[in-house]
Amino acid sequence: MADYKKALFAQMIKDFAETEVKPLAQDVDEQERFPVETVEKMAKLGLFGIVVPKQYGGAGGNYDMYISAVEELSKHCATTGVILSAHTSLCAAPILEYGTEAQKQKYLPDLATGKKIGAFGLTEPNAGTDASNQQTVAVETEDCYVLNGSKIFITNAGYAQTYIIIAVTGKGPKGPEMTAFIVESAFEGFSVGKKEKKMGIRGSSTCELIFENVKVPKENMLGKRGEGFKIAMKTLDGGRIGIAAQALGIAEGALDATVAYVKSRKQFGRPISAFQNTQFVLADLATKIAAAKGLVYVAANAKQNKLPTLSVNAAQAKLFAAETAMEVTTKCVQLHGGYGYTREYPVERMMRDAKITEIYEGTSEVQRMVISGALLKK
Amino acid sequence: MKIIVCVKQVPNTTEIKIDPVTNTLKRDGVPSIINPDDKTAIDVALQLKEKHGAQVCVLSMGPAQAENALREALAMGADEAYLLTDRAFAGSDTLATSTIIAAAIKKLGADVVLCGRQAIDGDTAQVGPQIAEHLGVPQITYAAAIDYDEESQALIVKRQFEDRVQTLQVKGKCLITVLSTLCKPRYMNVWDIVNQDEKEVGKITFADIEVNPADIGLKGSPTKVKSTATKQFDKTIETLELDAESAAKAIVDALKQRHLI
Amino acid sequence: MAQNIWVFCEQRDGEIQSVALELLGVAKELATKTGEKVGAILLGHKIKDKAQDLIAYGADEVHVVDDKELACFLTEPYAQATAQLAKQYQPSVILFGATSIGRDLAPRLSARLKTGLTADCTKLENDENGNLFMTRPAFGGNLFATIICPDHRPQMSTVRPGVMKKCEPDYNRKGEVVEEKIEWDKSKFGVTVIEEIKNDDSCDIDGKIEDAKILVSCGRGVKDVAPAKELACKVKGAVAASRALVDVGVMDHSRQVGQTGKTVRPQAYLAFGISGAIQHLAGMEESEFIVAVNTDKSAPIFKVANLGIVADAAAVIKNLNKLL
Repeated sequence: MADYKKALFAQMIKDFAETEVKPLAQDVDEQERFPVETVEKMAKLGLFGIVVPKQYGGAGGNYDMYISAVEELSKHCATTGVILSAHTSLCAAPILEYGTEAQKQKYLPDLATGKKIGAFGLTEPNAGTDASNQQTVAVETEDCYVLNGSKIFITNAGYAQTYIIIAVTGKGPKGPEMTAFIVESAFEGFSVGKKEKKMGIRGSSTCELIFENVKVPKENMLGKRGEGFKIAMKTLDGGRIGIAAQALGIAEGALDATVAYVKSRKQFGRPISAFQNTQFVLADLATKIAAAKGLVYVAANAKQNKLPTLSVNAAQAKLFAAETAMEVTTKCVQLHGGYGYTREYPVERMMRDAKITEIYEGTSEVQRMVISGALLKK
Repeated sequence: MKIIVCVKQVPNTTEIKIDPVTNTLKRDGVPSIINPDDKTAIDVALQLKEKHGAQVCVLSMGPAQAENALREALAMGADEAYLLTDRAFAGSDTLATSTIIAAAIKKLGADVVLCGRQAIDGDTAQVGPQIAEHLGVPQITYAAAIDYDEESQALIVKRQFEDRVQTLQVKGKCLITVLSTLCKPRYMNVWDIVNQDEKEVGKITFADIEVNPADIGLKGSPTKVKSTATKQFDKTIETLELDAESAAKAIVDALKQRHLI
Repeated sequence: MAQNIWVFCEQRDGEIQSVALELLGVAKELATKTGEKVGAILLGHKIKDKAQDLIAYGADEVHVVDDKELACFLTEPYAQATAQLAKQYQPSVILFGATSIGRDLAPRLSARLKTGLTADCTKLENDENGNLFMTRPAFGGNLFATIICPDHRPQMSTVRPGVMKKCEPDYNRKGEVVEEKIEWDKSKFGVTVIEEIKNDDSCDIDGKIEDAKILVSCGRGVKDVAPAKELACKVKGAVAASRALVDVGVMDHSRQVGQTGKTVRPQAYLAFGISGAIQHLAGMEESEFIVAVNTDKSAPIFKVANLGIVADAAAVIKNLNKLL
């Protein structure tokens, strides 16, 4: 991608995030409100189809661009960042990668233009980190698969119309045979259940999905029968880069807010930025953010170029960026003192938002498993 | 309908700082932007295109780096972009600039020319009307709303004055300068950012247009800058202890001095 | 040879605009230096009787075009009239008010007369040879440039309203009134007026605080906001508040300035009874001109104010309402 295009994109997304996203962030958090108006604006700008090729209605941009969009949005509002990440990485990307030509033509144009929002359902009450312990079943009949069961903690649930759902289709040699399906919210028997009340990213819609005899046409099977677990894991590799970018954005946003604060806040007759403790804390945080940023874009590059190191790159990016976000936001709250603990300043929200990045799409512990597993396999 | 939008790349003056020691402008590192009124003009042109069908062409005069502003316009959805650039154009004042731009517009051909009301680096608001005169087409400045009436094939323009609004009708070729308050310009979009290669920025030089060399550049400019000075900041912050009546008088004086009341 | 200093005397609905009289004032000073005459151009319909006023304010000769084509301001008829007169009489200087009319007409005319134009001048001086030195702000007022137009005549300039001083009118002053006839080329008019509506002059104190030119902002030191609203109306501004008044329900949250409210940048921010907590300052310190009134001499608001007054806010508001 030519440098001038990257520069135009960076200018556009920065301008959009500061003008359209930042002013709503506090309200979205306090009201636990899905920012529909922002989603509409993002759709118009083509942000939901950055990596979708032109022939499917997308822009045909690269992964760097998409990742920088999540990062930039998350600087001001982590809720908005994860909406884009879940839509792109967990729904559009697997269709692009594993879908048939017919599936791509049917689903990608609406996802690329944001006419429809995408989501992904793997997690169940008894299948979190132990994702293979699936209870949702899809039974093959003559003309379709009949889906029964439920999923929990589904990002974008209720607002999404296109879902990638993993379900058990039989018994395999090493356990249940899992298969991925493209499920439309309009299918009969599909419903959205309980909405979670969360600590952070409170505007993001996180709900239960319930399937009661949902008839999924056979042509909606994504990939081959039995490839569900592999597709889910590969999809999550991509998703982790999105979450890592979200964590990076949160950390950067908190640091920006804190730098401004310490320059204006005065104690003992001088701005607190004049104290060496403040300076050293800021220096350490900025350095960790820079390191996280490096990892995030290494992983984005691995995804763009389909490098074999993708799994490890993504796991390292997410592990480090998430833990950095948590550390940065905690210390930024500390630098704000009492004000940092109030909703008067955004760092309070950012600290709550940061926590989820250590948990979803694979906890930090899972990332360590992925990284060490690759190391020890050699 | 072919619309040419004239845009200028300007330094973002809100970010220009004064060096407190030398008392000069610090222009280094000040980002360049599309002049705000001009950006609105681009949006207006794109709106006319969406509603009534039009070909939107953006035109800028400036150094090579002004191509960035044109690229931004293309990323907003403009169809074509041209950069007027030549050493012979350097040093042009508003009259000489308008002569050059008008010559380029004649070459490109346009039904409607849209300009921003004024540029934030010069604030003159002169180039638009001067282009209109060179082209021999009617002008409407300070447009607060623009619409096209397909039946009468006329543009209907609300023209803003300090104390009134005129609704004007213009048929045929014309030049309109728009206020940035007309609408909030759209953002660039991802499709037009990524797929710019299909739209090249055309270069127009002195050799491509019909102008008398005596009418352009420094020698074609009737006005010359004799001297410049930076603003002496009235930094003195006064805190006065006054009775209520004198306080009120001081406030009224200060506001009047600044023509705010 | 071109000579005499001309002023385009803007009228609206037959009323001479203040800027025209200010320009006659400065034209008279310039003309005194070179021994030239001050000429006034008065264009409009049914405006002949205003010529005497222009003489009282400094014009030596008034060129009047009283024609129905000039009833409302439109660029082309006004440009044709002015261009014809300028070509006929060859003035050395033509000054316009930098209003939405002057700034429309003057550039069109400069291109027609093939001469230079300097916009928005705040200072005009000349030498004995009649060369005009036109000083104007640039780069958002960060820089001042003095512009000359050495080889072309007329020298043209638009001048900011309110900058130049009018003379005391002298109705005994003698001057010549010349009624002019213009040869119209109506084929060039092009633009027709469908309607003209004058602005509603009523004040909009409840308008968006981000859009207001002047904000009358109240804090804890103002117990009753009614007089502040009256003041906002008088200065054609809007009312705003610090968090203190919003929290107690006196003002709506949409009027709150500061960290958890709005960031504003009006041309004038009048802070009454606001101490200026850092959260408040963050929302208003970019205002162009800040006036602070507070009884506490050490209030932080005074650190950002251009004009700080230690006084009782409510009493000052009361006096302002009396004065305005």
